[in-house]
Amino acid sequence: MRIVSCLLRMIALATLLALQPGAAAAQSADEAFTRLGADSFSDTNRAIELLIANAHPQAAPIIEALAAGRLLAGGGAVVIKTTDGKFLDARTGAALPAESPGLAPVRLNNGVRRNIQAALGGLGLLNPDAGKRIAAAEAVFKSRDVALLPVLEGAIAKETDARAKAALRQAQAAILVAKPDAPPFDRIAAIDVLRERGDQDALATLRSLPADSSPALKEAQSRAVSAIEGKLAVWRAGQNLWYGLSLGSVLLLAAIGLAITFGVMGVINMAHGEMVMLGAYTTFIVQEIIRTRFPGLFDYSLLIAVPLAFMVAGLVGIAIERGVIRFLYGRPLETLLATWGISLILQQAVRTAFGPTNREVGAPNFMSGAFEIGQLAITWNRLWIIVFAGLVFAALLAILKLTPIGLQMRAVTQNRRMASAMGIRTGRVDALTFGLGSGVAGLAGVALSQIDNVSPNLGQSYIIDSFMVVVFGGVGNLWGTLISAMTLGVANKLLEPYAGAVLGKIALLVFIILFIQKRPRGLFALKGRAVEA
Amino acid sequence: MNAPNPGALTSSLLYLDGVSVSFDGFKAIRGLSLTIEPGEMRAIIGPNGAGKTTMMDIITGKTKPDVGTVMFGGSVDLTKLDEAAIANLGIGRKFQKPTVFDFHTIEDNILLALKAPRSVARTLFWQTAAAQAKRIDDILGIIKLGDARDRLAGSLSHGQKQWLEIGMLLAQDPKLLLVDEPAAGMTDGETAETAVLLKAIAKDHSVIVVEHDMGFIRELGVKVTVLHEGSVLAEGPLDVVSANERVVEVYLGR
Amino acid sequence: MISRFLLQNMDKRGYVFLALVAAIGILVPLLNLLMPVGSLFHVPTSTMSLWGKYLCYALLAISLDLVWGYCGILSLGHGAFFALGGYAMGMYLMRQIGSRGTYGNPVLPDFMVFLNWQELPWYWYGFSSFPFAMLMVLLAPGLLAFVFGWFAFRSRVTGVYLSIITQALTYALLLAFFRNDMGFGGNNGLTDFKDILGFNVQAQTTRAALFSMTCVMLIAGFLIARGIVVSKLGKVVIAIRDAESRTRFLGYRVDRFKLFVFTVSACMAGVAGALYVPQVGIINPSEFAPANSIETVIWVAVGGRGTLVGAALGAVVVNYAKTVFTSGFMAPYWLFALGALFVFVTIFMPKGIIGTARELWEKRRKPAPTVTPEPAPAE
Repeated sequence: MRIVSCLLRMIALATLLALQPGAAAAQSADEAFTRLGADSFSDTNRAIELLIANAHPQAAPIIEALAAGRLLAGGGAVVIKTTDGKFLDARTGAALPAESPGLAPVRLNNGVRRNIQAALGGLGLLNPDAGKRIAAAEAVFKSRDVALLPVLEGAIAKETDARAKAALRQAQAAILVAKPDAPPFDRIAAIDVLRERGDQDALATLRSLPADSSPALKEAQSRAVSAIEGKLAVWRAGQNLWYGLSLGSVLLLAAIGLAITFGVMGVINMAHGEMVMLGAYTTFIVQEIIRTRFPGLFDYSLLIAVPLAFMVAGLVGIAIERGVIRFLYGRPLETLLATWGISLILQQAVRTAFGPTNREVGAPNFMSGAFEIGQLAITWNRLWIIVFAGLVFAALLAILKLTPIGLQMRAVTQNRRMASAMGIRTGRVDALTFGLGSGVAGLAGVALSQIDNVSPNLGQSYIIDSFMVVVFGGVGNLWGTLISAMTLGVANKLLEPYAGAVLGKIALLVFIILFIQKRPRGLFALKGRAVEA
Repeated sequence: MNAPNPGALTSSLLYLDGVSVSFDGFKAIRGLSLTIEPGEMRAIIGPNGAGKTTMMDIITGKTKPDVGTVMFGGSVDLTKLDEAAIANLGIGRKFQKPTVFDFHTIEDNILLALKAPRSVARTLFWQTAAAQAKRIDDILGIIKLGDARDRLAGSLSHGQKQWLEIGMLLAQDPKLLLVDEPAAGMTDGETAETAVLLKAIAKDHSVIVVEHDMGFIRELGVKVTVLHEGSVLAEGPLDVVSANERVVEVYLGR
Repeated sequence: MISRFLLQNMDKRGYVFLALVAAIGILVPLLNLLMPVGSLFHVPTSTMSLWGKYLCYALLAISLDLVWGYCGILSLGHGAFFALGGYAMGMYLMRQIGSRGTYGNPVLPDFMVFLNWQELPWYWYGFSSFPFAMLMVLLAPGLLAFVFGWFAFRSRVTGVYLSIITQALTYALLLAFFRNDMGFGGNNGLTDFKDILGFNVQAQTTRAALFSMTCVMLIAGFLIARGIVVSKLGKVVIAIRDAESRTRFLGYRVDRFKLFVFTVSACMAGVAGALYVPQVGIINPSEFAPANSIETVIWVAVGGRGTLVGAALGAVVVNYAKTVFTSGFMAPYWLFALGALFVFVTIFMPKGIIGTARELWEKRRKPAPTVTPEPAPAE
């Protein structure tokens, strides 16, 4: 606290000596307290200005108390009431024995509140924590409060942290650029600073220049605007690409199980979406149990849900295969109908058990929030889903390439009859494949519970998209599914800004319908006589 | 090694030259050259994987060759046509595994194969004329299925299906018949009868027969082409070919 | 020649079906109009409308049976053709409202006024004429089916791939028709119809006439479908279903045959949709929902595919069951029943009601039947 007040005082001196006669300082501080006591809005505003301009050591607690309605005044005294009910002398910060009579809170209106916000911004500029200083500089950048200019300049002179210094300079530039009486040279230099910053806020600041600016300024402004716009367009494309990859990873998760069952067994599982839904509801149940019994484990709820969702969906999948699909062997179209029937039953079962409305699945700490890289806003949940999709994909590749059951699956994919002749129990392979595909759908459900509504219709909304991924990518090659999912995801998001979400989706559906004419077996198809037979 | 003679193109019914095709890097056919004269019957033999079925696929348009010439009647480039167009040119095919229409009667199977306009409109308003009905009766007589004409083809035995398929080929009345293993799965008696039937057909059609059964080939008594690894290994009468050292090597292994 | 085409080889089942539909088409409207309310023989108007709806579904099912049962094309998008026919009719009915709409605009339908549209979009021109609208009922679905089929069949897209892209087709249309700027009323669709050919849509006599018309079109649709499947073309189409590549090697252009059947079927579905709309009084994008199309498939499967009569029977049976189920205390269980029906029929009754009944009948008549062929792969 002492350091801060020292700092404040020094900065105030450094900045104010140039502007005002030194003797005025103490007097102005006194005036501030008088004005606070007067309790009129205009006096309060002036008092705030004076406190800031003088860098009064008690400025921060006073203004904070004022903002919270804990600043009391009356009978010439100004008192801070602390949150725990003690009373302090606003001027010195010394504790007072008891509440003096005749004190009333200093009143606020919106104008005063605005000034308080600006003032707090100015105070933050002098905070010892560099992160806080940057945040304060950002606030000033947005408010463009001319009154803070001297404080800013003082802060810049003192600043040692490079990032904080840049932020302060940008805030200063934002104010200068719009200040008609600033030296023209300074204003043009400020434009350069803003151009370097190059984000949406800088663009907005530049665009809001007063109309009466000089031609030189205007030219610099328009050049800076177009430079920023160009840069922003690139960032926007990057952002869309990111959204696309995120959508692609969701599609990948939803479709890859389908691709495996379709590849190995040649059947379309219309209940695949419901496996996703079961995974999401498993997550919901896990969280409910954790919430009521072991609240401390909440951050691990998804980790616990992952194996459970895989097992629940996988077991239901195996049950479907053994109970229904097995009897429809070699009749893919009937399988499609029967699994559709199963999907209706599962949906209705979940609707009966959990109700038709959306269920709330919470996000653990590591999944919430966002961070920025340049102009890219990246949310943690999307990032983790991409990572998760990558892990699931790698695990599936490993299972198919490295394990005996994977070898058998690949054999059955390529030539079922031959595989059977080699002694592979195709029935068992089918059941395991179906279980694996459904289990992966369950994993997708865990991920989707973080970004979508968990309702009985969850699966329905993904099933057609998943089909499109499988059909586009081709059968029997997981890489095809990966590329297909990412391509469709990115294409979807890149189309959206131009065509709108619905038209973009229609365009993609039409594209796939046409694509399948050209390559009826997808991007990466097996070739040869065995396939055509 | 068996490059066709100059001028063979125009006189031949079927002319293959330098045909190659590969599946995922595996060369199923490499530089195959073959000529069939009008009215000729030719037997094709070769070990498994020699490219016999793939050759038929190329001729009938199911598979497109990577390189090479496939000409029919001296002037028609078969590589540019699809299966239906090639069939309508007059090339009929009997498959290795007998493929008939299980849910149609035997008579309808023949009717579908019968040489007639194949367009949508003509089939929609089709009325079987007396001459055509007689032709169907004749064919049913030849393949000895006259009594079973109203039975569903799916209820026939394997050998009967082979015969029905040959009957369908007859009904198609093609210029060239491709017959893939007609004697497979037949009793000795049936095999002998099939040979007689094929020889009768060969009187006014060109025929290519692919067969494993050497006895059957001997019975046909025609020129033999030996395929090996996708190209022609030897060509000539069966006795000459079977005396060929390399053919023996290929068949018996080194 | 046409009558010979339509009636050739008509079997007993066909005649029973024709007689039944004709009897219903005559009797039900008469009983509705002539019998006094409260009489034992009176058919309430609501019942008549409900059965009119079933019969529209029956026509849709016959059209689907034509492509699925006979040609092996499992279309999961037939609801799209049905809905397009319905929209064509709906557009006619909208234009007939004239200035009687809420906003009283003589040309623009209410929803366009609501969206601040200044003039009628070009694709609404002509729909004030009944013959033009009826042409569109055939052309809109027919053309879509032709273009779609031309691409799909030429590239030999078959089996589940084809099913999936037909589903994508109807899904794309669903999304498109939900959009307000498409000019088809968006989410709400077309409704509040006033009259058809000058007769009030709500009037009892109009409803009776629509019911009879539905029976007439069902008979016509059945005769055309039957004429097609018993012709030589029908034999070719069945051959394609059972052994597509063999048919090709016989010299038939498989793609053209499929395209013909698919297009005819789509037109028929469009007619069913056009009859459906004035009877239920609304058409909206939910008719494009993929689930609807799949439900149509199960009607055909229940009745017995490849029998035509079975398809119509299945449509009526399943929809009657749906009405009974969903209007009682068992409503929450309808989806369980429907789902179970899908599973049960595909596993235990692949030939449907008609096919199973025929099998039992033949077994009883001939204790030692001839060998029946193995069921062919469905692709």
